[in-house]
Amino acid sequence: MHYLPNDPVAEEMLGKMGLSSMEDLFTDIPEDMRVKRLDLPPGISEVELVRTVDKMMKESRGAGDMPMFLGCGFYDHFIPSAVEYVMSRSELYTSYTPYQPEMSQGILQALFEYQSMMSDILKMDVVNTSMYDYHTAIGEAILMAKRMNHRNVFLLPEIMAREKFQVVENYIRGAGIETRTVPFKDGTMDLDALKGMLTGEVSGVYIENPNILGLFDKGAMEIRSIMESRQVLVVGVNPMTLSIAKPPGDYGADIVVGDVQPLGVPISYGGPTAGIFAVSMKNVRKMPGRIIGATKDAEGRRAFAMTLSTREQHIRRERATSNICTNEALTSIMASAYLASLGKGGFRELGLQLASRGRYLAGRIDELEGFRAPAFAGHFFNEFPVSVDVSVSGLLKECRNRGVLAGYDLSRETDLLEGTFTVATTEMHTNADYEKLLEVLVKSREVLL
Amino acid sequence: MSSDFRQARYSEPLLIEKGKPGRVGTSLPPWDEIRDITELLPDDMIRDPVNLPEISEPELVRHYVKLSQMNYGTDSGIYPLGSCTMKYNPKINDKIASHPTLQRMHPLQPEDTVQGVLRMMYELQESLAEIGGMDACTLQPAAGAAGEFTGLLIARKYHELRGDMTRDEVIVPDSAHGTNPASSVMAGFKVVEIRSAPDGTVDLEALGEALSERTAVFMITNPSTLGIFEKNIRGIQKACHEAGALLYYDGANLNALMGKARPGDMGFDIMHFNLHKTFSTPHGGGGPGAGPVAVTEKLAGLLPVPVVVKDGNLFRLDYDRPDSIGKVKGFFGNTGVLIRAWAFIRMMGGTGLTRVSELAVLNASYIRKRIEDVYPVPFRTRDELTKHEFVASASFLKENGGSAKDVSKMLVDRGLHPPTNYFPLIVDEALMIEPTESETMEELDRFSDALLDIATATAEQFSSAPRNSSVARVDEVLAAKKLILNWNQLKEE
Repeated sequence: MHYLPNDPVAEEMLGKMGLSSMEDLFTDIPEDMRVKRLDLPPGISEVELVRTVDKMMKESRGAGDMPMFLGCGFYDHFIPSAVEYVMSRSELYTSYTPYQPEMSQGILQALFEYQSMMSDILKMDVVNTSMYDYHTAIGEAILMAKRMNHRNVFLLPEIMAREKFQVVENYIRGAGIETRTVPFKDGTMDLDALKGMLTGEVSGVYIENPNILGLFDKGAMEIRSIMESRQVLVVGVNPMTLSIAKPPGDYGADIVVGDVQPLGVPISYGGPTAGIFAVSMKNVRKMPGRIIGATKDAEGRRAFAMTLSTREQHIRRERATSNICTNEALTSIMASAYLASLGKGGFRELGLQLASRGRYLAGRIDELEGFRAPAFAGHFFNEFPVSVDVSVSGLLKECRNRGVLAGYDLSRETDLLEGTFTVATTEMHTNADYEKLLEVLVKSREVLL
Repeated sequence: MSSDFRQARYSEPLLIEKGKPGRVGTSLPPWDEIRDITELLPDDMIRDPVNLPEISEPELVRHYVKLSQMNYGTDSGIYPLGSCTMKYNPKINDKIASHPTLQRMHPLQPEDTVQGVLRMMYELQESLAEIGGMDACTLQPAAGAAGEFTGLLIARKYHELRGDMTRDEVIVPDSAHGTNPASSVMAGFKVVEIRSAPDGTVDLEALGEALSERTAVFMITNPSTLGIFEKNIRGIQKACHEAGALLYYDGANLNALMGKARPGDMGFDIMHFNLHKTFSTPHGGGGPGAGPVAVTEKLAGLLPVPVVVKDGNLFRLDYDRPDSIGKVKGFFGNTGVLIRAWAFIRMMGGTGLTRVSELAVLNASYIRKRIEDVYPVPFRTRDELTKHEFVASASFLKENGGSAKDVSKMLVDRGLHPPTNYFPLIVDEALMIEPTESETMEELDRFSDALLDIATATAEQFSSAPRNSSVARVDEVLAAKKLILNWNQLKEE
């Protein structure tokens, strides 16, 4: 009971209140509704907990235990110790939403800095302090598009993670929005097909850049020019790629979404991460989520505060732009500490290294008999599609039995990508990891021939 | 009225205002074959380097240390923000959540490589179902509001599967959290708000009038946001179920009831848990949190995919659930948060969790007893009991030129985090106070003494607070009138 300081003084407190027992505080709960005891395992000490967790973790393996080339939006990058340390400052992580700005300037400034750095990376004016993740940010973007133009049809890429379709469907159905999928051609969205689909009832289009194959969209630079100005272009990004690639603000995005995970956030079996959500200044009042603004205090000093709260649920209730309250603020701050740690030069250098490693590894795999990498022509960053002349699921299983998680089978996401898997690499991989992967790919294919 | 509290006050520059060209905060591993950018991207897709800060590691660390010193968390002191359950966050939980194996575990790894973490998730599902008196649980929603949204999607699908297509309304009390109506609208429902009875409980008559064949769900939190236990819960449950509606439990206030009463036993069909509240995971300055949802047997098949199931000695992710609502978030939920809540439950056990709720209620009642002669508690039931939180009013201070906000700023000056202000909306100048079980009797006394002292302040004292925080009173009106939302806009000033 070492978290409960009043456990030994409860009697004394009850006495001061003129009560004789703890039960006196619970007489308002009808007797027939009382639970006798909770059927849970008995409490354990801290030592026993540590022992239990050690055992549990031994039943699991991570990227530190075997070479791993999984990606699909989650990348095992190195996290500098200084970034981890900053995140351990408990004045920051044990606080909540800064409703009292005077005693919360630290978290407010850190979030303002996140908004600023992300704004520069995306070339978008306004970034909120976070959505839950990439998936939910897409859903919120489609809802916001409807608030902007009151139209009910939204176009999605035909190849996208299955889970994203499922989350989006749940987010938009209540608003009566219908989705249609735009076919892909040669690995990215088919612009000619899209042109034919951009009718007057269409609210907007979502593209991923890079997409599920890891490929940059070939039509991204043109897409805004074939849309009406009222139609909303939503672009999903891996922010790490924007170290070298053109930001969506430069090719006409109205809303940008994505996930901060690649920016120094552990993959941690799927979360927490933070969803990126960015818009231009003219649409800020239709935006969901929390926004921090700069202002002044009563003495004229620079200060920060939450702003535009009148869009939010605690003020606007059923007319709010979203129901979001608790978000992923701390993860956003982790991403900005990471970006500041890399800095202007380091971010660029890492981006070039990642894209170079991607090219190198794709080239090496492409040299192997029976493999093609990239499986579709196009530009990519640290992840690329591979095709092979044997069963992909069989191949990946054989690789796994040889101690390598070689990639991700895209047929699990869509039938359209049967026979294709993605391989992702990061700066965590050594040359030995690459050689091991290549060796295992060859051996595994041989077994299946 | 003096206090020796002084929060750090630095004119700490923004990151972009610090540093010198060429400085970096970390080092990269070598890679021999760096290619020229023109080989990597087509010309029209190349960008110039992003103008990020250029600072060294010591500058980075000192920057965030200074920011942290200008911030207040539950590790700094009492944080009685009503309905937010700002309890102490045990350090062991953070330690295990940063276990190197977990941190580098990919969500797409084969199940046989992640058995330990699946075991943890399975145990958490089971434990939460037991604490809530429910039959099945999903860990996927990332926050309380996401849990509400998930629960409402389940309710919508439940009615649809029964061919009951007319149910398009959700009823909420006027004291409800703002997320309840907002989540209802996102899930495609219309919101019907009902007034509270004079004692702050659900007005059964108003509920009866609102219920109809159009009602899909009645959402309440129990105890209510006023901290009052709904004694009529049986009547509420009967009325809702007879009308064909489902009953939703907003778990924001569960810290009052663990081991005392369970939503499932009260007749609720769906509930969410706020792991960042009741189960001690850090609030992170606004998040991340986690909002698992538990349901009764008849709704179990509708939970989002996947659910963690146990097959003999193996744990696996079950996607084969034809009636499932699908997904509400990527992957399986905020695993790093889930494991902290799991650790809290493991360490406390059933007896410990019961004691948590007892002491949370004792602490809140203790403050109430100490201040209620001065700060009236307008909604009161016959038994005069409130649970883990209560709502007092500062409206009597208007004649001295004071408000709930002013009281809060004067608390800031004493190094005490203020309560929630101006919520629930049905209490004038509301001060919603929830100390949690983590506070010592001494801290509760210090907080109560401060409130009593502040009640005698003058208009001048009210308006000039706070003085001891990092900044003086912040102009929030200016922040909304003249939007400055990033450092480029600030520079243009």
